[in-house]
Amino acid sequence: MSSPMTAGEVLEREYLEIRAKILQLAASFDRLDRSGGDYRQDPRLGLIQQGLQLVADESCPDRAEKVQLVFSREFSENWREELGLEISRS
Amino acid sequence: MYYIDPHIHMVSRTTDDYETLARMGCVALSEPAFWAGFDRGSVESFRDYFRQLTDFEKNRADQFGIQHFTWLCINAKEAENVELSRQVIEMIPEFLDLPGVLGIGEIGLNKNTRNESTIFMEHVDLAVHHDQQILIHTPHLEDKYQGTRMILDMLLSNDHVDPSRVLIDHVEEHTVEPVLAEGFWAGMTLYPISKCTPQRAADIIEMYGPDRLMVNSAGDWGPSKPTAVPDFIIEMRRRGHGEQLIRKVVYENPVEFFQQSKGFVFEPPELPEAKTIET
Repeated sequence: MSSPMTAGEVLEREYLEIRAKILQLAASFDRLDRSGGDYRQDPRLGLIQQGLQLVADESCPDRAEKVQLVFSREFSENWREELGLEISRS
Repeated sequence: MYYIDPHIHMVSRTTDDYETLARMGCVALSEPAFWAGFDRGSVESFRDYFRQLTDFEKNRADQFGIQHFTWLCINAKEAENVELSRQVIEMIPEFLDLPGVLGIGEIGLNKNTRNESTIFMEHVDLAVHHDQQILIHTPHLEDKYQGTRMILDMLLSNDHVDPSRVLIDHVEEHTVEPVLAEGFWAGMTLYPISKCTPQRAADIIEMYGPDRLMVNSAGDWGPSKPTAVPDFIIEMRRRGHGEQLIRKVVYENPVEFFQQSKGFVFEPPELPEAKTIET
């Protein structure tokens, strides 16, 4: 199933919204720069930068899913053992 | 368009909200048991809460022609108190045969801990033992992917769980595929900041189709919008999607899922658009 709208129609509808969101991001980074203290060592900044790179990568399919994973804790198949839970199958 | 909100915490909302929901076309809703914003101190607190869900809230909804259904459990946020959780689990069967009770929920994980996992599995055993449907909360933000995978792992390791009778809620772009692929139902919660927007929910419908997918407001005492489902309806219409597709997501799918519970005695509104499926 796909969108009933053409790419042109989507862009027409969302251009100003995308522009506004980019401006909001730019203003947020300006605000960080103007504020006292150094935030550049904060690990969250690295996640934000990874997210921005994904958004700008035209060759990346499913960008929303990929961005979600950037901001997610990893899953370990051995999570039960790591939590000390019995491996029970019923 | 008539619609059903399959996940909303009306005990936290005003009577004015019921009126607004009725004006927007909401004909039924289901209310999972939830965290009160603070940890309750005793099993009697939960007994009173379950009375509120199964009695008082149903009557409040009835005043506006909205049919109220509910789910019972102790929320994952309170599962760190294992002793209290087990007392609540032992008490829940007192309420399971009351009208409008759909099953066990919203159980799940919050910070993906050992105690949360233990209580989650004991809730699942309770549901299986009493032939109940299950409604599941998946964690927020950075914990969602890991927690959803843990939940799937626990459900799939229990041979007595029927995925077609389980709704896994708050799915987003990175969790919807594994949930649907294993045969479970999936809910998308329309919280703009911490979960999904109406636009992204519409994207997910376009990518995965409408089968076994629902949308809900999960309106509660925090920042949330009880009329979020109509926002999704409008977004779908603005994109040019047909009324039949939209109705399947916001009305027919909840009815199809809920009617697997014996507590779902539903009277469809008397308009042709609402009578497209037999109940």
